[in-house]
Amino acid sequence: MEVESPKFKEKARRAIADEQLQRAMGKARIGFVGKRKKAVEALPEFEELRSSARAIKDHTLAHLDLYLEAYERKVIASGGQVHWAETAEDARRAVLAICRAAGARTVTKGKSMITEEIALNDFLEEEGIQPVETDLGEYIIQLRGEHPSHIIGPALHLNKEQVEEDFRRVHTALPAGRDLSQPESLLGEAREILRPQYFAADVGITGANFLIAETGTSIIVTNEGNGDLTQTLPRVHIVVASIEKIVPTLEDASQLLRVLARSATGQDMSVYTTLSTGPRRPGDPDGPEEYHVILLDNGRSSMLGTEFHEMLRCIRCGACMNHCPVYHAVGGHAYGWVYPGPMGAVLTPSLVGVDKAGHLPNASTFCGRCESVCPMQIPLPRMMRHWREREFERGLNPATQRFGLGLWAFFARRPRLYRLATALTIPVLAGLAGSRGRFRSLPLAGGWTRHRDLPAPETRTFMQQWRDRETRKQERSAA
Amino acid sequence: MSAREAILGKLRGAVGGAGDQTRREAVEKRLGKPPRGLIPARGQVEGEERLALFCRMAEAVVATVERVGSADDVPGAVTHYLRSKNLAPSVRMGDDRRLKRMDWAAQKSLEVKHGRAHREDEVGVSHAFAGVAETGTVALLSGKENPTTVNFLPDHHIIVVNAKDIAGDLETVISRMRRKFGKGEMPRLLNLITGPSRSGDIEQTMLLGAHGPRALHLIVVDG
Ligand code: SF4
Repeated sequence: MEVESPKFKEKARRAIADEQLQRAMGKARIGFVGKRKKAVEALPEFEELRSSARAIKDHTLAHLDLYLEAYERKVIASGGQVHWAETAEDARRAVLAICRAAGARTVTKGKSMITEEIALNDFLEEEGIQPVETDLGEYIIQLRGEHPSHIIGPALHLNKEQVEEDFRRVHTALPAGRDLSQPESLLGEAREILRPQYFAADVGITGANFLIAETGTSIIVTNEGNGDLTQTLPRVHIVVASIEKIVPTLEDASQLLRVLARSATGQDMSVYTTLSTGPRRPGDPDGPEEYHVILLDNGRSSMLGTEFHEMLRCIRCGACMNHCPVYHAVGGHAYGWVYPGPMGAVLTPSLVGVDKAGHLPNASTFCGRCESVCPMQIPLPRMMRHWREREFERGLNPATQRFGLGLWAFFARRPRLYRLATALTIPVLAGLAGSRGRFRSLPLAGGWTRHRDLPAPETRTFMQQWRDRETRKQERSAA
Repeated sequence: MSAREAILGKLRGAVGGAGDQTRREAVEKRLGKPPRGLIPARGQVEGEERLALFCRMAEAVVATVERVGSADDVPGAVTHYLRSKNLAPSVRMGDDRRLKRMDWAAQKSLEVKHGRAHREDEVGVSHAFAGVAETGTVALLSGKENPTTVNFLPDHHIIVVNAKDIAGDLETVISRMRRKFGKGEMPRLLNLITGPSRSGDIEQTMLLGAHGPRALHLIVVDG
């Protein structure tokens, strides 16, 4: 996928003016936050589990080469094949070679951010192989020719009326007078349309939430069951996974599972957690005859041991964007590449280059919400600051400077949004200002405060403000 | 240089160095004796309390749960389920020995098809390896006698689980699996299933029956 991050400001402005998007984001804002909160409150050990999860990944990253070797040995021993890929292009080529060898004309796909990252669909299509997304959200955006706007809710930016329109446009063999006014009927229609595709596909491609070194196992975590049909019915199963998905043992995976679904959707466990080890075994009545794993680096190894090292703990739960006021305001597409929200603002410059995306970390109010909910305790705001420093070191870039001020002005002209953003920011700002009570650098106004100081706002605790806001929101929705 | 060597080389450069022997030992140690980690208190209850927790958690994710006194009662319970849902009297199952031992023939007019599932199958019946009370999850293993398609293709999935196989936590199930298959070995698939299929992809409304079964019915066999 083309990197459009440099157009953030323009995209953000359009996003704010987009009524459909704002309506969809309004629902998203309330949904994810409340569900996560409830699930977390129901598990007293949640905070301790976060530390445990973090420790597991820290240990793994410090021994990543060794665990990858161990993992590879086990995959091979269970009859699977491992393909190492340094770049997106290498990964695409590896997938294509397997598809060609299988004589594939269509491939079904489970939801996977990594295949978005390597822009696999466009590539396969160009090579004459039809990819079919089977996750409901992914299917919808594939019909629209769009990209996911959220890492776990790809179609989060859409309303059901838009989905209905797309289904009517594409599913022309179905009666025109059918009722598609309810989400249930849309879901039912997608299910019927996609069912035969699983059987027709020659290859099924999934991502992986985790890879287990101990056993050579890949894990997918889903709610729909499409990933399982995708990997069970075709003759060939390809897992595309980046190298930091490794965890040492089954128990380690279990620890991470306890924080993953709660942080993502507020479920204790997702519906289907599937652990796959190798291809069909002698006597098995079903399952793929070939099992391939593409192990992709694509820039991760260059993050290891740098100030962005900790980002490699990310388990792609989406909690950081679910709690981000900037994400809520502009949606995922404004970020211009695969990964949106705070995790995207840190990851995107690492993966596509600071020249193309180094300004994304400016799209932050530094409110700290993302770090406080991140199950892996990733210091996202700190890393966004690292990027800003790097940007700065590269020399004052007038475009960026304007961008920073532009974004601030853009929020400032929209009082409701600005309040939302700054209500979450004030104590952090006050902290930055230090004892002098003046700012050197104000998030969102970098271009401005570089030349003058702003008086610091009075401090109120973040939690106070948050609670007030929640109360107001509840009052509003109760009214 | 191969991609493999290039990647591993970079990783070693970033985190490796002189302490390689120490790092190797740390990895061997963890793989050899996996730490259990932090197990939440929720599932750490015994006997009837654990069963009740399992049922409660499964129902919370919209599975239906039924308890029967012995394995002999399962075919009757299946027939009853089909009737209550107005389903045709036909089920698909693998060749699982625990299911095969049951007296299905006594269910007049119930068709029992064996082997992998097909598109037209409406109801699948599986036997679980274990249950997890903490989350209301059932664990299913693939193998000669347990096709995976039965778990995902039919609209209704009935899973039989023995009460004595319901553990408090997933870690206990993992230990049991290790004993059964050997250290570092896994069945081709371990399916952990927690409720029926669903999707929240349209306006975050959770809807049941996305691509997998629309309904999940658990039959817990006491004794
Ligand atoms: S950075 Fe943290 S909160 Fe964001 S997706 Fe990754 S693990 Fe989840």
